[in-house]
Amino acid sequence: MRVDRRTARHTLDQPTDRGLRPSRRAWLTGAGLFSLGFHIPFLAPARAAPAAAEPEVNAWVVVKPDDTVVIRIARSEMGQGTLTGLAQLVAEELDCDWARVTTEYPSPGRNLARKRVWGDYSTGGSRGIRESHEYVRKGGAAARAMLVAAAAKGWGVPAETCRTERGVITHVPSGRTTTYGAVAAVAATIEPPKDVVLKDPKDWILAGKPLKRLDTRPKLDGSQVYGIDLTLPGLLNAAIRDCPVTGGSVTSFDAAAVSGMPGVKRVLQIGDSAVVVVADTFWRAKTALDALPVVWDEGPNATVSSATIAETLRAGLDAQEAFIGNTSGDVAGALKGAAKVVEAVYGVPFQNHATMEPMNATAIWTAERCEVWAPTQNGEAALAATAEAAGLPATACEVHKIHLGGGFGRRGATHDWLRQAVLIAKEMPGTPVKLIWTREEDMTHGRYHPVTQCRMRAALDKDGQLTGLHMRISGQSILASVAPQRMVEGRDPVTFQGLNPGGPEAAIGYTIPNILIDHAMRNPHILPGFWRGVNLNPNALYLECFMDELAHAAGQDPLAFRLKLMGHHPKHRAVLQAVADKIGWDQKPPEGVSRGLCQTMGFGSYVAGAAEVSVSESGALKIHRIVAATDPGHAVNPQQIEAQVEGSFVYGLSAALYGACTVKDGRIEQTNFDSYPVMRMEAMPAVETILIPSGGFWGGVGEPTIAVAAPAVLNAVFAATGKRVRHLPLKDTDLRRA
Amino acid sequence: MARLNVNGVLREVDAEPDTPLLWVIREQIGLTGTKYGCGIAQCGACTVHVDGAAVRACSVPLSAIEPGQKIVTIEGLAPGADHPVQQAWAELDVPQCGFCQPGMIMASVALLAQTPRPSDAQIRAEITNICRCGTYNRVLAGIKLAAERGQSG
Ligand code: FES
Ligand code: FES
Repeated sequence: MRVDRRTARHTLDQPTDRGLRPSRRAWLTGAGLFSLGFHIPFLAPARAAPAAAEPEVNAWVVVKPDDTVVIRIARSEMGQGTLTGLAQLVAEELDCDWARVTTEYPSPGRNLARKRVWGDYSTGGSRGIRESHEYVRKGGAAARAMLVAAAAKGWGVPAETCRTERGVITHVPSGRTTTYGAVAAVAATIEPPKDVVLKDPKDWILAGKPLKRLDTRPKLDGSQVYGIDLTLPGLLNAAIRDCPVTGGSVTSFDAAAVSGMPGVKRVLQIGDSAVVVVADTFWRAKTALDALPVVWDEGPNATVSSATIAETLRAGLDAQEAFIGNTSGDVAGALKGAAKVVEAVYGVPFQNHATMEPMNATAIWTAERCEVWAPTQNGEAALAATAEAAGLPATACEVHKIHLGGGFGRRGATHDWLRQAVLIAKEMPGTPVKLIWTREEDMTHGRYHPVTQCRMRAALDKDGQLTGLHMRISGQSILASVAPQRMVEGRDPVTFQGLNPGGPEAAIGYTIPNILIDHAMRNPHILPGFWRGVNLNPNALYLECFMDELAHAAGQDPLAFRLKLMGHHPKHRAVLQAVADKIGWDQKPPEGVSRGLCQTMGFGSYVAGAAEVSVSESGALKIHRIVAATDPGHAVNPQQIEAQVEGSFVYGLSAALYGACTVKDGRIEQTNFDSYPVMRMEAMPAVETILIPSGGFWGGVGEPTIAVAAPAVLNAVFAATGKRVRHLPLKDTDLRRA
Repeated sequence: MARLNVNGVLREVDAEPDTPLLWVIREQIGLTGTKYGCGIAQCGACTVHVDGAAVRACSVPLSAIEPGQKIVTIEGLAPGADHPVQQAWAELDVPQCGFCQPGMIMASVALLAQTPRPSDAQIRAEITNICRCGTYNRVLAGIKLAAERGQSG
């Protein structure tokens, strides 16, 4: 009941979940809770036509009689603003009144029942907007055409003589008007147009504008219901402990020792490796779990450490065999004939996503049905995971999506936490169970940013010109673990993010006559995942810090050195030049301040960063100022892009400065924010964002900027101290002047 | 049964005395705006006011709350959620995922109650809450905007 208490006040502002609400009402009204209430949620989503009171003009647009427009959003909102951006795109073509726009998530089960009418639900890789902008805009345009046709039909006039503005349809010759709400029911019966013409972005009035987010107000008064907040009648809470070493298993546990503790309902094992306490409240479940004696078989990985992993990766730097990502010319020849060879080895550790909301999911299972409430980045994948864990066909399952308290890649590609919730619920048929991970469980059972090392080796000629580059990456593949079906002949193409010879997604921004970029795959047992920015982060760090090293070795200015190699890469060059201009690269920095810069391309966008830092006598780093430029092609909401760029520096610099998940005795050592520190306000620099939407393409904004955070700052640190930080995090390096 | 004054309402709660105030508020009283982020006083997501002071509720056992102490959570901060800090947050579109924001807002309100015109340095020193989405600069701007409003209004 609590979860609904604000909805009346926020109907125009709060994204709601139609899948969630009727369902919860069903729970509440069902007399025999699990016999009656349980089935209603499944019937509702499966129905083909929406209720007459709320006509669905098409899959994307519902217009209520009071002219409220409900825009359906398939992608997930986790803070990145996609929900608002997609609504802007639909509303732009629909030509409705923005003040009356609200949104809802169509459930994955409905999507399945309607033959994927809402398309891809995946919300990762900064693709929420860039991969669906066209069909959602067409959805808005088609709905508009149907609404106009309905009005014209009512008036008996040709549709071409009507125009629309903010949800009002006017028959121009007669001046008669009506509203979308008044004709929506008729519009829903009209044949959708075969084709629609989309607006030229230069005519946009909603898209491209810095509109306020649609989902802010419930986030200000505690009324936003996250997965961790969900409650259902009869709900029990579960706490889980998975074997601390991946690959290990439970040998035994003494349930009797804790089953009499307050509130405890069940003590059980799920799968091979996890023990669970189910109690009336989460705190009681956790308290009992902490007291539960467990004997683990830690398995074959129990002796692995960060040192042994580093050793394995180091061997990969010299391995004969490697997958090639980018090659042209003759690097070996160039190195042989070089006036100077520059070489350096870099490395990055594991990182935890550390979403502010720990992993959680709520499930209810019977032999016929399974229903899940989950903060997921991919509703379809969540439905598939539910079906698999439930042992039921997907058509007998449903997932209710809830806004995420942070995703960053942790909640999309692997639904390990959701699977656990279903397996627990399966042990208690008919009882809804909410599984919440403690921060400690979250920290030690992540899907970590992959660990890699990289050897950079370059040839400079006698004029200090770069003639050859060999970049050898050694380390973990995400796809090999997460999505082996996406490997290409054993090779993981994502490893080369930002280093590809060309293409619209993640191309290198330099022309180097002799180049070889290859990957010796070495996969430790610590499970990797897509961590916001993914492989673009280490790749930009390696390449852009090394470019600085090369400029230094050649005795050239780091900007000038780069620009000489960027003649064929005008978009890369434009963002780099923009940050250089804005930070005042050609003028002396303030006393005691040093500068660094860098650029890269990923997720379809071009980004660059520049930093001003100072390092005190005692080695304390202060970042004074960041300038960041982004060319995402089209910018759908400039103020939200700014928010993403600022946030990207927090995420990227948290990892660069402090973050490292280290391994000892096969397990992750860091357990909470005391041992895995992240950036706080005290260290946060001012961020100046330059937006250069050059048009003609659609790039993402949630991730690319993260990759320039570390190299911009580390290059500035070198300028300040003469010290190259080649292994993250920076806190492990003594920056005191020698 | 312990008795708590939460948002001006007296509540009887049935929890072990060592239960953290956070979980009493979330699970016994049912106010879930106060968030769990770390459980060890690191992140501030659980910040509430006890007699007007910002407190990390995950690290305060129920038994530590004295009779008569007034607890305020994000839900009870201001009628209509129109506290100057909440207004400033809305105006600047501060939240991203929003999960840390109840704690951010409660910490910011307590800071302004003590220091109505804080300097940037004071804000940076006092607001130690974690935001993984990285809203810090807007939080800082929001506090300053609310401070200005507080002064003029
Ligand atoms: S949950 Fe209390 S400070 Fe993090
Ligand atoms: S807004 Fe997401 S953690 Fe702060």
